[in-house]
Amino acid sequence: MNIHEYQAKQILDDFGVPTPHAEVASTAAEAKEIAARIGRRVVVKAQVHAGGRGKVGGVKLVNTPEEAEQVAASLLGSRLVTNQTGANGVPVEKVMIAEALDIKDELYISIVIDGDIGAPVLMASTEGGMEIEEVAEYSPEKIFRVAGDPLIGLTTYHARDIALALEVPAGALRATTKLITDLYRVFIENDCSLVEINPLVITQDDQIIALDAKINLEDDALFRHPELAKLRDSNQLDPLEQRADKADLAYVKLEGGRVGCMVNGAGLAMATMDIANAAGAPPANFLDIGGSADQGQIEEAFKIIMADDDVEMILVNLFAGIARSDVVAEGIVAAAKETNATLPIVVAMRGTNAEKGIKILAGSGLNITGAPDLAGATVAIKQKLQEMGGSN
Amino acid sequence: MAILVGSETRLLVQGLGRDGSFQASRTREYGTNMVAAVHPGRDGQKFEDEVPYFSTVANAVEQTGANTGVIFVPAPFAMDAIIEQVDAGIELVVCISEGVPVLDMVKVMEYIKDKPTRLIGSNCPGLLSPASKAKVGIVPGNIVRPGNVGVVSRSGTLTYEAIAQLVQHGMGQSTCVGIGGDPVHGTTFTDVLELFQADDETEAIVLIGEIGGIREQLAADYIREHVTKPVVAAIAGQSAPAGKRMGHAGAIVTGKAALASEKNKALSEAGVHVVESPAMIGAKMKEVLGS
Repeated sequence: MNIHEYQAKQILDDFGVPTPHAEVASTAAEAKEIAARIGRRVVVKAQVHAGGRGKVGGVKLVNTPEEAEQVAASLLGSRLVTNQTGANGVPVEKVMIAEALDIKDELYISIVIDGDIGAPVLMASTEGGMEIEEVAEYSPEKIFRVAGDPLIGLTTYHARDIALALEVPAGALRATTKLITDLYRVFIENDCSLVEINPLVITQDDQIIALDAKINLEDDALFRHPELAKLRDSNQLDPLEQRADKADLAYVKLEGGRVGCMVNGAGLAMATMDIANAAGAPPANFLDIGGSADQGQIEEAFKIIMADDDVEMILVNLFAGIARSDVVAEGIVAAAKETNATLPIVVAMRGTNAEKGIKILAGSGLNITGAPDLAGATVAIKQKLQEMGGSN
Repeated sequence: MAILVGSETRLLVQGLGRDGSFQASRTREYGTNMVAAVHPGRDGQKFEDEVPYFSTVANAVEQTGANTGVIFVPAPFAMDAIIEQVDAGIELVVCISEGVPVLDMVKVMEYIKDKPTRLIGSNCPGLLSPASKAKVGIVPGNIVRPGNVGVVSRSGTLTYEAIAQLVQHGMGQSTCVGIGGDPVHGTTFTDVLELFQADDETEAIVLIGEIGGIREQLAADYIREHVTKPVVAAIAGQSAPAGKRMGHAGAIVTGKAALASEKNKALSEAGVHVVESPAMIGAKMKEVLGS
């Protein structure tokens, strides 16, 4: 789960990680007040769940409270389109007003789980402000890594090693070491999937401060952090993803797709996307209905796909182990009738009660083409594309 | 001989709620020797009037000699269940539960690293050996056939798809192993490849990977050095965009190595027959085996 920068900053504050003086505003008037209270140059930062906001005017340095008010007024209520959002962008409902610092040096630090070694890994780099993927590509020698021990955590000496590798000024060594150990605690104690500070800055007076804060929380662990679960902001999701989220469906909207996909199982869902793509019709979404979806969820899943204007054709691929094909079929028919769906639907149905499910679909009067398996579905999609005029 | 499970399997099922009970029934129907059911508070009762219930794994193992355990408990309790089975000395622990917090799995892996137990999962469909009628997990028993192809996969239903394709092309399976879709998991591709390579019943191997992580690349390295049997591989997620999690916690492109194309390349270079389309797994294996 993504959270906003101001929420991440609050967590850092709670764990004693130094951050700039900053407050969050929902109106331009509040933004002006906060800027006046800070009493110096401030940065106005749009609070959205997407990177790349600096390049599209989502982060602005201003000199006066009046300027802060103006910038906040233009950002609030707008939608920000960055290289990480879809064409619709994400809504700006809050801005953070943060004191501007006199920066001497910019560093990078992040913590993620490295599944391949089975431990949290802390990565740091002297190249702050840059995308870490770029640094990894062009100057991998500037990235330092250390894995935390699953039972002991991150030892102070490891944190000090990182601080030394970052070549922080001698006067900031102790504070940097503490900041690194505290960040590691933030990661572990909140069950994060990502903690990223980019940039971590050294100020002209040798203070070390987390200038930016990005925290992702692990969905599967939210049950033990009810207070963090409340930080969810579903307005930041694509509207269709928002609906899926409410219905407890694993759905991801994909840009530039044509085929709506409905599948049980994540691996099979990806494979289904792949065969649609290979057949010349890119997938419009990832959708895993899981093993225990009831008819209501199936109906909502189908309606979500139907509500996507990009979708020209639907591909249902079900290999029912736990799931029951007849329940899925009933759900599809009910939703299709309700939405007056006339789009072609290609269906591959195998496993538990598959014959029953196929019978229900066949007798429904919907525009359905049956396929025996993935290979058959590929052929059926190609054929449908041709019938539709092979438009691209 | 199959790998990991067989006629010597004495199965303990932990967590007999709605799903666990349903799956335990299917397991027994298939012919698996289920000797114990663990569900606190049901001591003295019997599952389906035949299999004794126990409140603790230790007690169940002592009374029944269970050597394999399968876990269906809700994800928040999965770490505890795994450790309880490890402490009771169970040799093979299979955790089906989906949604186990990754930091729990980090602790589990550290805890078991010097212990004799082998863990499969979490978030996996488990494993099945058709010839010995041994099923530990949720792979549907009616889709498999006894034969000589070993299947190892990160996915659930895509494994079933691969099995169905093999059967359609006239090929059965020695053992099917789903290792699970979580970023931190027990038994890896490499572990299973080693077992298949040493298994007389297995003539060829199907490997099904996904985007995310570098485990497929590690498998490729292992295959190049140690596997002489033919391997057919498919990687799901070629059309998945970077930075979006595709259902499985492990299935997300976070760097170049996590891309399907990079995995395909590494496997091809190791001599693996990589299929571009996951619809071609069965056909490719048939071609490779010339059958």
